[in-house]
Amino acid sequence: MKDNKLYSSLQITTLVILRLLVGWHLLYEGISKLITPDWSSFGFLSESKWILSGFANWIISNPGVLNAVDFLNTWGLIALGVALILGIFSRFAAFAGALLLLMYFLNNPPLIGLEYSMPTEGNNLVVNKTLIEAMALFVLAVFPAHRVFGLESLFSNTNLKKK
Amino acid sequence: MAISKDNKKSSAANTDQPKKSNQSRRSVLKALAGIPVLGILGWEVVKSNAAANTRKNRVIRELGLENLEIPLPLSNPVANTGDPLRVGIIGFGSRANDLAKGLGFMHPDEVEARKQDNTLEDWLQQDNLNVAVVGICDVFDLHAERGLVIARNDVRQGGEKAGKLPVKRYMSYQEMLADKDIDAVVIATPDHHHAPISIAAARAGKHVYCEKSPALSEKELNELYTTVKDSKIVYQLGHQITQNVVFQQAKEIVKRDILGKITLVETTTNRNTAEGAWIRHLDANGNPKPGDEKSIDWKQWLGSRPYVPFSIDRYYSWTKWFDYDMGMIGQLFTHEFDAVNQLLRIGIPKAVVSSGGIYYWKDNRDMPDILHCVFEYPERELTLIYSASLASSRDRGRVFMGHDASMELGESISINADYNSTRYKKQIDEGIIDTSVPMIAIQPGSGKVDAVTTATQKYYASRGLTTTNINGRQVDVTHLHLKQWIDCIRTGGTPTANIERAFEEGIACLMAHTSYVEKRRVEWDPVKKKIV
Repeated sequence: MKDNKLYSSLQITTLVILRLLVGWHLLYEGISKLITPDWSSFGFLSESKWILSGFANWIISNPGVLNAVDFLNTWGLIALGVALILGIFSRFAAFAGALLLLMYFLNNPPLIGLEYSMPTEGNNLVVNKTLIEAMALFVLAVFPAHRVFGLESLFSNTNLKKK
Repeated sequence: MAISKDNKKSSAANTDQPKKSNQSRRSVLKALAGIPVLGILGWEVVKSNAAANTRKNRVIRELGLENLEIPLPLSNPVANTGDPLRVGIIGFGSRANDLAKGLGFMHPDEVEARKQDNTLEDWLQQDNLNVAVVGICDVFDLHAERGLVIARNDVRQGGEKAGKLPVKRYMSYQEMLADKDIDAVVIATPDHHHAPISIAAARAGKHVYCEKSPALSEKELNELYTTVKDSKIVYQLGHQITQNVVFQQAKEIVKRDILGKITLVETTTNRNTAEGAWIRHLDANGNPKPGDEKSIDWKQWLGSRPYVPFSIDRYYSWTKWFDYDMGMIGQLFTHEFDAVNQLLRIGIPKAVVSSGGIYYWKDNRDMPDILHCVFEYPERELTLIYSASLASSRDRGRVFMGHDASMELGESISINADYNSTRYKKQIDEGIIDTSVPMIAIQPGSGKVDAVTTATQKYYASRGLTTTNINGRQVDVTHLHLKQWIDCIRTGGTPTANIERAFEEGIACLMAHTSYVEKRRVEWDPVKKKIV
């Protein structure tokens, strides 16, 4: 992407709305984990199938690691959500969020032959909403959605002034 | 348009040739655009929480369940004081392995395996019961030797001191009971030895922890009862299920009459494997397991039972024959009965009818693989049903059915209001209680009551998929049951599965068994204290 390329206001606005929506979703996922007593990623991880199942099993068989993962998950989601909504470090947040969602996806991909006891929302084959949300964050990371409607634009303007 | 103008500005800011621009009020506002979004989200979260709490609290409050938080019965200092209790284990088969672990002794091989899969820590944190396993008695050399290795392993912290006491193999239980260096015995033999050994132990003044069933005949049971009653020993029957915390909570729920009048209790067994049908004399490759007449004292194993030539099938799969136990009634219904009796104190039934047959596992067995027993309690206006199958593992829970709600009690508790409930009519009409999903769900380990509020929670509760034993560590219920027994030995209390409960259970099981064998309805004569 070239920085000097200009986008139409509609293009920028939709990107910003996408950023706010994904931010909202991640933030609320984090908050709901925070306010649910006894929430743990144990259930999700114990369902892990495919290439990351060994890793997931390692996590759940270590109470200390599991607690750390729970903590990082909850606060990571909250931090990413806030960053995306406010537009601070949002390019980093978009990348980090995309990777996190990709991890979720790889733990429970809707592939043929993998059965889960947890119900899924809708019908998925290979692609599911987690993967799409991860891709949406990659898109946000590579487009300048954070340069407008975000605290970063303020700082970049300030820097600009100083120069 | 304004946006595109600002966009140009900020896009320009990314480039190396910055344009001079004014920090306009508008761009500041735009920079802060996320803040109102955060505000709306915050507001929505508060609203949604409040709505959920109102609903949840209303159900919990209206049911009077606010204080239904029962802590995990963990550390209790009693067990740690004084000299170690010197325990002998009689019968060292697979169940004794678990009992030894509950006491704090694990085979070195399993210690290694658990280190590999990181489950050793949970076990190491188990309370030190200050016990020394000083005697092992088994008629099979291989099992006795395994027992010795386990008893000598002092991998646990508190086990060290205990491990310093010498561990001895006894060739017969009589020899062990005659030894003054044994304080208490754990009996994990086949069932036909339970009563004779328990009676002899009580006479010798040794405390008894005996696996179910307590006895195989009325005569034995009566003798066991009077002997234990006349002695000073602590008797505990091996029903660890009720040590589960959810049981204490279920008790509280029954006490608070959440279910209304309970008229039907349904208990089940749902198995569908050869192992589950007690075909246990073959290893994974289909070859007979180790053991022959040289290494097994067959005469002692048979005890008072009719002589039959040595058979590896009988030795490992003894459950299949009525000479050695009461089939599923003795092996599995005993636990069910204890669970129901601990909750409802139903005691001895007025009448029992059993029926069933051998329909699937048509080998040399006596025990039926499909069995139904109906226990009548006319004075309690209640019927207890036991429905068992060894040829289908369709999961049927243990359900207490009341007029206002039914409770499924297993690893977790799930209570659904009854659609035609009188008590909850108002809440059901108002939509506060949805009868198609659990009204109350209690998850293991959490020690908390929750009126289920979200779709996911509902799903988990209905499936019993509530794997939240995280904060409260995984505690072995067998350990808790042994601990209760040991604490009672030290402090003089009475354990939950005491001789009174064992007697009630023994009679109920004998009635069901007699009914099946004699193909008739049997009754209990409370005056003569006799099955008729």
